[in-house]
Amino acid sequence: MTESLSRIAAMLLRHYYLFRGSWTRIFDLMYWPVLQMVIWGFITVFLNQHSNWFAQAAGVLIGAVLLWDVLVRAQFGFTLSLLEEMWSRNLANLFVAPLRPYEFGLSLMAMGIIRSAIGVVPAALLAIPLFHYSIFEMGLPLLAFWSMLIMLGWSIGLGIAALLFRFGLAAESYAWASIFLIQPVSGVWYPVDVLPGWLQPVAWALPTTHVFEGMRAVLINGTFRWDLFASAFALNILYLALGFGAFLYAFARARQRGQLLQSSE
Amino acid sequence: MPSLAINVESLTKIFVAGAAPAVDAIAFSVPPGRICGLLGGNGAGKTTTISMLLGILVPTSGRIELLGHDMRRHRFRALPQINFSSPYVDLPGRLTVRENLTVFGRLYGVRDLAARIAELARELELGSLLDRKTGSLSSGQKTRAALAKALVNRPALLLLDEPTASLDPDTADQVRGLLETYARREGAAILLASHNMGEVERLCAEVLMMKAGRIVDRGTPDALIARYGRNDMEQVFLDIARREEA
Repeated sequence: MTESLSRIAAMLLRHYYLFRGSWTRIFDLMYWPVLQMVIWGFITVFLNQHSNWFAQAAGVLIGAVLLWDVLVRAQFGFTLSLLEEMWSRNLANLFVAPLRPYEFGLSLMAMGIIRSAIGVVPAALLAIPLFHYSIFEMGLPLLAFWSMLIMLGWSIGLGIAALLFRFGLAAESYAWASIFLIQPVSGVWYPVDVLPGWLQPVAWALPTTHVFEGMRAVLINGTFRWDLFASAFALNILYLALGFGAFLYAFARARQRGQLLQSSE
Repeated sequence: MPSLAINVESLTKIFVAGAAPAVDAIAFSVPPGRICGLLGGNGAGKTTTISMLLGILVPTSGRIELLGHDMRRHRFRALPQINFSSPYVDLPGRLTVRENLTVFGRLYGVRDLAARIAELARELELGSLLDRKTGSLSSGQKTRAALAKALVNRPALLLLDEPTASLDPDTADQVRGLLETYARREGAAILLASHNMGEVERLCAEVLMMKAGRIVDRGTPDALIARYGRNDMEQVFLDIARREEA
Protein backbone atom coordinates (compact mmCIF):
# COMPACT_ATOMS: atom_id res chain seq x y z
CA MET A 1 0.00 0.00 0.00
CA THR A 2 2.78 2.43 0.96
CA GLU A 3 4.75 1.48 -2.14
CA SER A 4 1.66 1.95 -4.25
CA LEU A 5 1.04 5.45 -2.84
CA SER A 6 4.70 6.25 -3.35
CA ARG A 7 4.44 5.38 -7.06
CA ILE A 8 1.28 7.46 -7.45
CA ALA A 9 3.09 10.33 -5.71
CA ALA A 10 5.99 9.91 -8.15
CA MET A 11 3.58 10.35 -11.05
CA LEU A 12 2.15 13.49 -9.45
CA LEU A 13 5.69 14.76 -8.92
CA ARG A 14 6.31 14.23 -12.65
CA HIS A 15 3.39 16.58 -13.44
CA TYR A 16 4.45 19.08 -10.79
CA TYR A 17 7.86 19.28 -12.48
CA LEU A 18 6.10 19.79 -15.80
CA PHE A 19 4.08 22.73 -14.42
CA ARG A 20 7.07 24.18 -12.59
CA GLY A 21 9.06 24.24 -15.80
CA SER A 22 6.25 25.63 -17.93
CA TRP A 23 4.15 28.47 -16.47
CA THR A 24 2.34 28.85 -19.77
CA ARG A 25 0.61 25.53 -19.05
CA ILE A 26 -0.89 26.94 -15.86
CA PHE A 27 -2.03 30.07 -17.69
CA ASP A 28 -3.52 27.85 -20.39
CA LEU A 29 -5.55 25.94 -17.76
CA MET A 30 -7.03 29.18 -16.38
CA TYR A 31 -7.63 30.98 -19.67
CA TRP A 32 -10.87 29.37 -20.94
CA PRO A 33 -12.68 29.11 -17.58
CA VAL A 34 -12.00 32.80 -16.86
CA LEU A 35 -13.03 33.84 -20.36
CA GLN A 36 -16.27 31.81 -20.20
CA MET A 37 -17.07 33.19 -16.78
CA VAL A 38 -16.61 36.79 -17.96
CA ILE A 39 -18.81 36.27 -21.05
CA TRP A 40 -21.62 34.58 -19.12
CA GLY A 41 -21.24 37.11 -16.31
CA PHE A 42 -22.03 39.98 -18.69
CA ILE A 43 -24.91 38.01 -20.23
CA THR A 44 -26.27 37.55 -16.71
CA VAL A 45 -25.99 41.29 -16.02
CA PHE A 46 -27.92 42.01 -19.24
CA LEU A 47 -30.60 39.37 -18.56
CA ASN A 48 -31.04 40.56 -14.97
CA GLN A 49 -31.98 43.99 -16.33
CA HIS A 50 -34.54 42.57 -18.80
CA SER A 51 -36.03 39.51 -17.14
CA ASN A 52 -37.76 39.10 -13.81
CA TRP A 53 -37.00 35.37 -13.82
CA PHE A 54 -33.27 35.92 -14.16
CA ALA A 55 -33.34 38.73 -11.64
CA GLN A 56 -34.81 36.27 -9.13
CA ALA A 57 -32.32 33.56 -10.03
CA ALA A 58 -29.16 35.57 -9.97
CA GLY A 59 -26.05 33.56 -10.58
CA VAL A 60 -27.70 30.61 -12.33
CA LEU A 61 -25.72 31.15 -15.51
CA ILE A 62 -22.40 31.97 -13.84
CA GLY A 63 -22.87 29.00 -11.50
CA ALA A 64 -23.62 26.80 -14.49
CA VAL A 65 -20.57 27.93 -16.46
CA LEU A 66 -18.28 27.39 -13.46
CA LEU A 67 -19.68 23.95 -12.68
CA TRP A 68 -19.59 22.93 -16.34
CA ASP A 69 -15.93 23.92 -16.40
CA VAL A 70 -15.29 21.72 -13.36
CA LEU A 71 -16.41 18.77 -15.49
CA VAL A 72 -14.56 19.84 -18.63
CA ARG A 73 -11.29 20.57 -16.81
CA ALA A 74 -11.48 17.32 -14.82
CA GLN A 75 -11.82 15.31 -18.03
CA PHE A 76 -9.20 17.38 -19.89
CA GLY A 77 -6.88 17.15 -16.88
CA PHE A 78 -7.18 13.38 -16.81
CA THR A 79 -6.76 12.96 -20.57
CA LEU A 80 -4.04 15.58 -20.96
CA SER A 81 -1.91 13.85 -18.34
CA LEU A 82 -2.08 10.65 -20.40
CA LEU A 83 -1.43 12.52 -23.64
CA GLU A 84 1.68 14.11 -22.11
CA GLU A 85 3.13 10.59 -21.73
CA MET A 86 2.18 9.65 -25.29
CA TRP A 87 3.51 12.87 -26.83
CA SER A 88 6.83 12.37 -25.03
CA ARG A 89 6.95 8.64 -25.96
CA ASN A 90 7.27 7.79 -22.28
CA LEU A 91 4.54 5.14 -21.83
CA ALA A 92 6.86 2.17 -22.21
CA ASN A 93 9.28 3.63 -19.64
CA LEU A 94 6.40 3.85 -17.17
CA PHE A 95 4.98 0.39 -17.77
CA VAL A 96 8.31 -1.44 -17.51
CA ALA A 97 8.66 0.23 -14.11
CA PRO A 98 6.71 -1.38 -11.25
CA LEU A 99 3.80 1.04 -11.87
CA ARG A 100 0.50 -0.88 -11.94
CA PRO A 101 -2.13 0.17 -14.49
CA TYR A 102 -4.59 1.03 -11.71
CA GLU A 103 -1.93 3.20 -10.01
CA PHE A 104 -1.42 4.99 -13.30
CA GLY A 105 -5.21 5.42 -13.58
CA LEU A 106 -5.42 6.80 -10.04
CA SER A 107 -2.62 9.27 -10.74
CA LEU A 108 -4.53 10.49 -13.81
CA MET A 109 -7.65 10.90 -11.65
CA ALA A 110 -5.70 12.96 -9.12
CA MET A 111 -4.38 15.11 -11.97
CA GLY A 112 -7.97 15.59 -13.11
CA ILE A 113 -8.80 17.13 -9.72
CA ILE A 114 -5.64 19.26 -9.62
CA ARG A 115 -5.93 20.60 -13.16
CA SER A 116 -9.64 21.27 -12.65
CA ALA A 117 -8.94 23.24 -9.47
CA ILE A 118 -6.16 25.26 -11.14
CA GLY A 119 -8.55 26.09 -13.97
CA VAL A 120 -11.81 26.82 -12.20
CA VAL A 121 -10.91 28.27 -8.77
CA PRO A 122 -9.34 31.49 -10.20
CA ALA A 123 -12.43 32.02 -12.38
CA ALA A 124 -14.72 31.47 -9.39
CA LEU A 125 -12.69 33.93 -7.30
CA LEU A 126 -12.67 36.51 -10.10
CA ALA A 127 -16.46 36.34 -10.36
CA ILE A 128 -16.75 37.78 -6.83
CA PRO A 129 -15.32 41.27 -7.54
CA LEU A 130 -16.49 41.37 -11.17
CA PHE A 131 -20.13 40.28 -10.80
CA HIS A 132 -20.67 40.21 -7.02
CA TYR A 133 -21.38 36.52 -7.33
CA SER A 134 -19.71 33.90 -5.16
CA ILE A 135 -20.34 30.30 -6.07
CA PHE A 136 -18.91 29.41 -2.66
CA GLU A 137 -22.06 30.82 -1.02
CA MET A 138 -23.79 27.64 -2.15
CA GLY A 139 -21.99 25.97 0.74
CA LEU A 140 -22.07 22.19 1.12
CA PRO A 141 -24.26 21.60 -1.97
CA LEU A 142 -21.38 23.00 -4.02
CA LEU A 143 -19.15 20.24 -2.66
CA ALA A 144 -21.77 17.68 -3.68
CA PHE A 145 -22.09 19.09 -7.23
CA TRP A 146 -18.31 19.40 -7.57
CA SER A 147 -17.66 15.80 -6.52
CA MET A 148 -20.34 14.46 -8.89
CA LEU A 149 -18.86 16.38 -11.83
CA ILE A 150 -15.29 15.30 -11.00
CA MET A 151 -16.45 11.67 -10.95
CA LEU A 152 -18.08 12.00 -14.37
CA GLY A 153 -14.93 13.73 -15.69
CA TRP A 154 -12.94 10.69 -14.55
CA SER A 155 -15.37 8.27 -16.21
CA ILE A 156 -15.21 10.06 -19.55
CA GLY A 157 -11.41 10.40 -19.17
CA LEU A 158 -11.11 6.65 -18.57
CA GLY A 159 -13.19 5.94 -21.68
CA ILE A 160 -11.05 8.26 -23.79
CA ALA A 161 -7.88 6.70 -22.35
CA ALA A 162 -9.21 3.35 -23.54
CA LEU A 163 -9.60 4.82 -27.05
CA LEU A 164 -6.06 6.27 -26.88
CA PHE A 165 -4.62 2.88 -25.83
CA ARG A 166 -6.51 1.23 -28.69
CA PHE A 167 -6.00 3.76 -31.51
CA GLY A 168 -2.98 5.77 -30.32
CA LEU A 169 -2.74 9.49 -31.03
CA ALA A 170 -5.11 9.04 -33.98
CA ALA A 171 -7.88 9.21 -31.33
CA GLU A 172 -6.57 12.47 -29.87
CA SER A 173 -9.42 14.60 -31.25
CA TYR A 174 -11.91 12.61 -29.10
CA ALA A 175 -10.01 13.84 -26.06
CA TRP A 176 -11.12 17.41 -26.77
CA ALA A 177 -14.50 16.91 -28.43
CA SER A 178 -16.26 14.08 -26.56
CA ILE A 179 -17.28 16.03 -23.48
CA PHE A 180 -19.22 18.59 -25.53
CA LEU A 181 -21.41 15.85 -26.98
CA ILE A 182 -23.29 15.61 -23.68
CA GLN A 183 -23.59 19.37 -23.09
CA PRO A 184 -26.86 19.94 -25.05
CA VAL A 185 -28.65 17.20 -23.08
CA SER A 186 -27.15 17.94 -19.66
CA GLY A 187 -29.47 20.80 -18.78
CA VAL A 188 -26.51 23.10 -18.17
CA TRP A 189 -28.15 26.33 -19.33
CA TYR A 190 -31.84 25.34 -19.41
CA PRO A 191 -34.13 22.92 -17.52
CA VAL A 192 -34.49 19.41 -18.89
CA ASP A 193 -38.22 19.87 -19.62
CA VAL A 194 -37.19 22.22 -22.44
CA LEU A 195 -35.94 19.15 -24.34
CA PRO A 196 -38.31 17.10 -26.54
CA GLY A 197 -39.93 14.22 -24.68
CA TRP A 198 -38.01 11.49 -26.48
CA LEU A 199 -34.68 13.14 -25.53
CA GLN A 200 -35.41 13.60 -21.85
CA PRO A 201 -34.67 9.96 -20.83
CA VAL A 202 -31.24 10.39 -22.46
CA ALA A 203 -30.70 13.53 -20.40
CA TRP A 204 -31.74 11.82 -17.15
CA ALA A 205 -29.25 9.01 -17.85
CA LEU A 206 -26.45 11.55 -17.39
CA PRO A 207 -25.23 12.57 -13.91
CA THR A 208 -24.72 16.11 -15.23
CA THR A 209 -28.48 16.59 -15.68
CA HIS A 210 -29.09 15.72 -12.03
CA VAL A 211 -26.31 18.08 -10.95
CA PHE A 212 -27.51 21.09 -12.93
CA GLU A 213 -31.16 20.55 -12.02
CA GLY A 214 -29.95 20.29 -8.42
CA MET A 215 -27.96 23.49 -8.77
CA ARG A 216 -31.03 25.38 -10.03
CA ALA A 217 -33.06 23.99 -7.13
CA VAL A 218 -30.50 25.42 -4.70
CA LEU A 219 -30.15 28.80 -6.41
CA ILE A 220 -33.82 29.37 -7.29
CA ASN A 221 -35.77 27.55 -4.57
CA GLY A 222 -33.12 27.39 -1.88
CA THR A 223 -33.52 23.61 -1.46
CA PHE A 224 -31.00 20.82 -1.87
CA ARG A 225 -32.59 17.91 -3.76
CA TRP A 226 -31.26 14.72 -2.15
CA ASP A 227 -33.08 12.61 -4.75
CA LEU A 228 -31.11 14.25 -7.56
CA PHE A 229 -27.86 13.86 -5.63
CA ALA A 230 -28.53 10.16 -4.99
CA SER A 231 -29.34 9.44 -8.63
CA ALA A 232 -26.27 11.38 -9.82
CA PHE A 233 -24.11 9.37 -7.41
CA ALA A 234 -25.58 6.03 -8.52
CA LEU A 235 -25.09 6.89 -12.19
CA ASN A 236 -21.52 7.99 -11.49
CA ILE A 237 -20.68 4.69 -9.80
CA LEU A 238 -22.03 2.86 -12.84
CA TYR A 239 -20.07 5.01 -15.32
CA LEU A 240 -16.88 4.83 -13.23
CA ALA A 241 -17.10 1.04 -13.18
CA LEU A 242 -17.64 1.00 -16.95
CA GLY A 243 -14.82 3.51 -17.47
CA PHE A 244 -12.32 1.58 -15.34
CA GLY A 245 -13.35 -1.65 -17.06
CA ALA A 246 -12.78 -0.12 -20.50
CA PHE A 247 -9.45 1.37 -19.36
CA LEU A 248 -8.09 -1.93 -18.00
CA TYR A 249 -9.43 -3.92 -20.97
CA ALA A 250 -7.86 -1.51 -23.48
CA PHE A 251 -4.58 -1.61 -21.55
CA ALA A 252 -4.58 -5.42 -21.64
CA ARG A 253 -5.32 -5.36 -25.39
CA ALA A 254 -2.52 -2.82 -25.94
CA ARG A 255 -0.14 -5.27 -24.22
CA GLN A 256 -1.30 -8.00 -26.58
CA ARG A 257 -0.91 -5.83 -29.67
CA GLY A 258 2.41 -4.27 -28.66
CA GLN A 259 1.03 -0.73 -28.68
CA LEU A 260 2.68 0.42 -25.46
CA LEU A 261 6.12 0.61 -27.04
CA GLN A 262 4.96 2.61 -30.06
CA SER A 263 1.88 4.52 -29.02
CA SER A 264 1.92 7.10 -31.79
CA GLU A 265 -0.38 7.32 -34.78
CA MET B 1 20.15 -15.11 -6.39
CA PRO B 2 18.47 -17.38 -9.00
CA SER B 3 20.77 -19.45 -11.21
CA LEU B 4 19.38 -17.80 -14.35
CA ALA B 5 18.59 -14.13 -14.91
CA ILE B 6 16.65 -14.96 -18.08
CA ASN B 7 15.08 -18.28 -18.93
CA VAL B 8 12.93 -18.36 -22.06
CA GLU B 9 11.19 -21.47 -23.38
CA SER B 10 9.27 -21.85 -26.68
CA LEU B 11 8.53 -18.13 -26.78
CA THR B 12 6.22 -17.26 -29.67
CA LYS B 13 4.43 -14.10 -30.77
CA ILE B 14 1.88 -14.05 -33.57
CA PHE B 15 0.36 -10.60 -34.13
CA VAL B 16 -2.15 -11.61 -36.81
CA ALA B 17 -3.75 -15.05 -36.92
CA GLY B 18 -2.50 -16.96 -39.95
CA ALA B 19 0.49 -14.66 -40.50
CA ALA B 20 4.10 -15.71 -39.92
CA PRO B 21 5.15 -15.46 -36.25
CA ALA B 22 7.12 -12.35 -35.33
CA VAL B 23 8.95 -14.56 -32.82
CA ASP B 24 8.88 -18.29 -33.42
CA ALA B 25 9.40 -20.69 -30.53
CA ILE B 26 12.73 -19.30 -29.33
CA ALA B 27 14.51 -20.59 -26.24
CA PHE B 28 17.55 -19.22 -24.47
CA SER B 29 18.89 -18.45 -21.04
CA VAL B 30 21.30 -15.91 -19.58
CA PRO B 31 22.99 -16.41 -16.20
CA PRO B 32 23.65 -13.51 -13.78
CA GLY B 33 26.72 -11.43 -14.59
CA ARG B 34 26.72 -12.29 -18.29
CA ILE B 35 26.28 -9.93 -21.23
CA CYS B 36 24.36 -11.58 -24.06
CA GLY B 37 23.94 -10.08 -27.53
CA LEU B 38 20.77 -10.30 -29.58
CA LEU B 39 21.63 -9.77 -33.23
CA GLY B 40 19.55 -9.71 -36.37
CA GLY B 41 18.44 -7.50 -39.21
CA ASN B 42 15.41 -5.25 -39.16
CA GLY B 43 12.27 -7.29 -38.51
CA ALA B 44 14.22 -10.24 -37.11
CA GLY B 45 12.22 -10.12 -33.86
CA LYS B 46 14.71 -8.51 -31.46
CA THR B 47 12.46 -5.68 -30.25
CA THR B 48 9.46 -8.03 -30.05
CA THR B 49 11.53 -10.39 -27.90
CA ILE B 50 12.69 -7.59 -25.59
CA SER B 51 9.13 -6.23 -25.32
CA MET B 52 7.88 -9.66 -24.24
CA LEU B 53 10.66 -9.97 -21.69
CA LEU B 54 9.70 -6.58 -20.26
CA GLY B 55 6.03 -7.50 -20.03
CA ILE B 56 4.76 -4.72 -22.29
CA LEU B 57 3.88 -7.31 -24.94
CA VAL B 58 2.02 -10.51 -24.10
CA PRO B 59 3.42 -13.64 -25.76
CA THR B 60 1.13 -15.86 -27.81
CA SER B 61 2.70 -18.88 -26.13
CA GLY B 62 5.81 -19.94 -24.28
CA ARG B 63 7.30 -19.18 -20.92
CA ILE B 64 9.46 -16.34 -19.62
CA GLU B 65 11.18 -16.49 -16.26
CA LEU B 66 13.19 -13.47 -15.17
CA LEU B 67 15.26 -13.52 -11.98
CA GLY B 68 13.32 -16.58 -10.91
CA HIS B 69 9.87 -15.01 -11.45
CA ASP B 70 7.31 -16.28 -13.96
CA MET B 71 6.50 -13.14 -15.96
CA ARG B 72 2.97 -14.26 -16.80
CA ARG B 73 1.97 -14.58 -13.14
CA HIS B 74 4.44 -12.54 -11.10
CA ARG B 75 5.56 -9.72 -13.40
CA PHE B 76 5.48 -7.08 -10.66
CA ARG B 77 7.85 -9.09 -8.46
CA ALA B 78 10.51 -8.99 -11.17
CA LEU B 79 10.03 -5.45 -12.53
CA PRO B 80 11.66 -3.56 -9.60
CA GLN B 81 14.91 -5.41 -10.39
CA ILE B 82 14.79 -4.86 -14.16
CA ASN B 83 15.26 -1.80 -16.37
CA PHE B 84 15.73 -0.96 -20.01
CA SER B 85 16.50 1.66 -22.58
CA SER B 86 15.44 1.78 -26.18
CA PRO B 87 15.52 4.24 -29.06
CA TYR B 88 11.74 3.69 -29.34
CA VAL B 89 11.08 5.55 -26.10
CA ASP B 90 12.15 8.91 -24.70
CA LEU B 91 12.29 10.58 -21.33
CA PRO B 92 9.87 13.51 -21.00
CA GLY B 93 11.66 16.35 -22.78
CA ARG B 94 10.27 19.19 -20.64
CA LEU B 95 11.69 17.72 -17.44
CA THR B 96 15.34 18.17 -16.56
CA VAL B 97 17.57 15.11 -16.43
CA ARG B 98 17.60 15.33 -12.63
CA GLU B 99 13.80 15.56 -12.48
CA ASN B 100 13.43 12.54 -14.78
CA LEU B 101 15.86 10.51 -12.71
CA THR B 102 14.05 11.56 -9.52
CA VAL B 103 10.65 10.49 -10.89
CA PHE B 104 11.91 7.12 -12.13
CA GLY B 105 13.99 6.58 -9.01
CA ARG B 106 10.81 7.01 -6.95
CA LEU B 107 8.82 4.74 -9.24
CA TYR B 108 11.44 2.05 -8.63
CA GLY B 109 11.59 2.78 -4.91
CA VAL B 110 15.30 3.69 -4.95
CA ARG B 111 16.69 4.57 -1.53
CA ASP B 112 19.13 7.44 -1.08
CA LEU B 113 18.12 8.68 -4.50
CA ALA B 114 20.11 11.92 -4.48
CA ALA B 115 23.34 9.99 -3.90
CA ARG B 116 22.43 7.50 -6.65
CA ILE B 117 21.78 10.34 -9.12
CA ALA B 118 25.11 11.94 -8.21
CA GLU B 119 26.85 8.59 -8.72
CA LEU B 120 25.23 8.10 -12.15
CA ALA B 121 26.05 11.66 -13.15
CA ARG B 122 29.71 10.96 -12.36
CA GLU B 123 29.82 7.63 -14.17
CA LEU B 124 28.00 8.86 -17.28
CA GLU B 125 29.49 12.37 -17.24
CA LEU B 126 26.07 13.95 -16.84
CA GLY B 127 27.04 16.44 -14.13
CA SER B 128 26.71 19.56 -16.27
CA LEU B 129 23.52 18.23 -17.89
CA LEU B 130 21.54 17.32 -14.77
CA ASP B 131 19.65 20.60 -14.62
CA ARG B 132 19.07 20.96 -18.33
CA LYS B 133 15.75 20.06 -19.97
CA THR B 134 16.08 16.58 -21.43
CA GLY B 135 14.49 17.74 -24.68
CA SER B 136 17.27 20.29 -25.20
CA LEU B 137 20.04 17.67 -25.15
CA SER B 138 21.85 16.35 -28.22
CA SER B 139 20.95 12.81 -29.25
CA GLY B 140 24.15 11.47 -27.69
CA GLN B 141 23.43 13.27 -24.42
CA LYS B 142 19.86 11.92 -24.46
CA THR B 143 21.23 8.40 -24.89
CA ARG B 144 23.40 8.89 -21.79
CA ALA B 145 20.43 10.26 -19.83
CA ALA B 146 18.35 7.23 -20.92
CA LEU B 147 21.16 4.95 -19.74
CA ALA B 148 21.21 6.74 -16.38
CA LYS B 149 17.46 6.08 -16.09
CA ALA B 150 18.09 2.44 -17.03
CA LEU B 151 20.65 2.11 -14.24
CA VAL B 152 18.90 4.20 -11.58
CA ASN B 153 17.51 1.17 -9.69
CA ARG B 154 20.75 -0.86 -9.94
CA PRO B 155 18.94 -3.50 -12.01
CA ALA B 156 19.92 -7.15 -11.73
CA LEU B 157 18.76 -7.50 -15.33
CA LEU B 158 19.26 -4.80 -17.93
CA LEU B 159 17.67 -4.93 -21.38
CA LEU B 160 19.29 -2.54 -23.83
CA ASP B 161 18.24 -1.80 -27.39
CA GLU B 162 21.08 -0.03 -29.29
CA PRO B 163 22.61 1.47 -26.11
CA THR B 164 25.39 3.35 -27.89
CA ALA B 165 23.43 4.61 -30.89
CA SER B 166 24.09 8.33 -31.49
CA LEU B 167 27.18 8.36 -29.27
CA ASP B 168 30.53 9.56 -30.56
CA PRO B 169 33.24 6.85 -30.57
CA ASP B 170 34.89 8.15 -27.40
CA THR B 171 31.65 8.32 -25.37
CA ALA B 172 30.44 5.00 -26.81
CA ASP B 173 33.69 3.41 -25.66
CA GLN B 174 33.22 4.84 -22.16
CA VAL B 175 29.64 3.56 -22.02
CA ARG B 176 30.78 0.06 -23.07
CA GLY B 177 33.37 0.16 -20.31
CA LEU B 178 30.69 1.24 -17.85
CA LEU B 179 28.38 -1.61 -18.87
CA GLU B 180 31.22 -4.16 -18.55
CA THR B 181 32.11 -2.83 -15.12
CA TYR B 182 28.46 -2.69 -14.04
CA ALA B 183 27.75 -6.30 -15.06
CA ARG B 184 30.90 -7.52 -13.28
CA ARG B 185 30.51 -5.40 -10.13
CA GLU B 186 26.77 -5.95 -9.61
CA GLY B 187 26.59 -9.48 -11.03
CA ALA B 188 23.93 -8.15 -13.38
CA ALA B 189 22.84 -9.81 -16.60
CA ILE B 190 22.56 -7.65 -19.70
CA LEU B 191 20.67 -8.51 -22.88
CA LEU B 192 21.92 -6.24 -25.61
CA ALA B 193 20.34 -5.73 -29.03
CA SER B 194 22.82 -3.98 -31.26
CA HIS B 195 23.83 -3.46 -34.87
CA ASN B 196 27.34 -2.47 -33.82
CA MET B 197 29.33 -5.67 -34.32
CA GLY B 198 32.47 -4.29 -32.70
CA GLU B 199 30.44 -3.59 -29.61
CA VAL B 200 29.01 -7.10 -29.61
CA GLU B 201 32.48 -8.66 -29.99
CA ARG B 202 33.83 -6.61 -27.12
CA LEU B 203 30.95 -6.95 -24.65
CA CYS B 204 29.09 -10.18 -25.26
CA ALA B 205 30.02 -13.55 -23.82
CA GLU B 206 27.29 -15.09 -25.94
CA VAL B 207 25.48 -14.01 -29.08
CA LEU B 208 22.04 -15.06 -30.30
CA MET B 209 21.59 -14.61 -34.04
CA MET B 210 17.94 -13.95 -34.98
CA LYS B 211 16.32 -14.08 -38.39
CA ALA B 212 12.61 -14.11 -39.27
CA GLY B 213 11.66 -14.59 -35.63
CA ARG B 214 13.96 -17.54 -34.99
CA ILE B 215 17.32 -17.98 -33.31
CA VAL B 216 19.31 -19.36 -36.24
CA ASP B 217 22.67 -19.63 -34.49
CA ARG B 218 24.31 -18.91 -31.16
CA GLY B 219 27.67 -19.02 -29.45
CA THR B 220 30.54 -16.87 -28.30
CA PRO B 221 31.71 -14.26 -30.82
CA ASP B 222 34.98 -16.17 -31.28
CA ALA B 223 33.17 -19.47 -31.81
CA LEU B 224 30.80 -17.92 -34.37
CA ILE B 225 33.67 -16.26 -36.23
CA ALA B 226 35.56 -19.58 -36.33
CA ARG B 227 32.46 -21.58 -37.33
CA TYR B 228 31.75 -19.35 -40.32
CA GLY B 229 35.43 -19.03 -41.23
CA ARG B 230 35.26 -15.22 -41.08
CA ASN B 231 37.39 -12.47 -39.59
CA ASP B 232 34.83 -10.65 -37.50
CA MET B 233 31.19 -10.59 -36.38
CA GLU B 234 30.15 -8.19 -39.14
CA GLN B 235 31.09 -10.78 -41.74
CA VAL B 236 29.31 -13.48 -39.74
CA PHE B 237 26.20 -11.28 -39.58
CA LEU B 238 26.23 -10.71 -43.35
CA ASP B 239 26.96 -14.38 -44.00
CA ILE B 240 23.97 -15.53 -41.99
CA ALA B 241 21.64 -12.90 -43.42
CA ARG B 242 22.57 -13.63 -47.06
CA ARG B 243 23.01 -17.39 -46.77
CA GLU B 244 19.54 -17.80 -45.35
CA GLU B 245 18.03 -15.74 -48.16
CA ALA B 246 19.63 -17.85 -50.90
